[in-house]
Amino acid sequence: MSEKKVIDARGTFCPGPLMELIANMKLINVGDELEVLSTDKGSAADVPEWVNKVGHQMVSTTEENGVWHIVVRKAK
Amino acid sequence: MSSSKISIMVVSGSRERLQMAAMLASVGAVSGSEVTVFLSMNALPYFIKGHGENAPVEGEFGKTMQGKNVPPFKDLFHKAVELGDAKIYPCSMAMDVLNAKPADLEPYLGEPLGLTKFLSDSAGSQVWTF
Repeated sequence: MSEKKVIDARGTFCPGPLMELIANMKLINVGDELEVLSTDKGSAADVPEWVNKVGHQMVSTTEENGVWHIVVRKAK
Repeated sequence: MSSSKISIMVVSGSRERLQMAAMLASVGAVSGSEVTVFLSMNALPYFIKGHGENAPVEGEFGKTMQGKNVPPFKDLFHKAVELGDAKIYPCSMAMDVLNAKPADLEPYLGEPLGLTKFLSDSAGSQVWTF
């Protein structure tokens, strides 16, 4: 069964949220999801770009009160 | 699986340039590029163990950045190696000038590299200078 872990990267600037995501990606199983919380607008655009480039799956990106919730599924 | 090669020469000791070089190295390395960083001149002393990270700023942006939670440049270089298999080499000439030994450097750096080897390794890659 797949799991979803939340990474709180609020308050850090680019490329902090992306690096947090990648470090955690190495620790999870294929099919599991990670949700990155970020207050950095640039990362909200940059993280999906990375996900698509390296072949994982974007699940969703939503913004709520200045916090982006970026959900990614490990695909390989 | 590398889709491209990125070679980064860092000679500046300024906060802004070290930060930008570290961002490029880390993001490039985790995005599938083969990243090589060559550290020389004013950049190298920051990678000697025990040397502070408090690089002087060049301008207003650097001052503003100091008050924000920006990832420290040395952490980003370390992550480039750890997460993206980047290679970071100290310039052998700068090592000689500083009278530094490989054991004096941060452990994620490779062995000292000469400029001739860096140039030949950089053939066909994107080359960035900071």
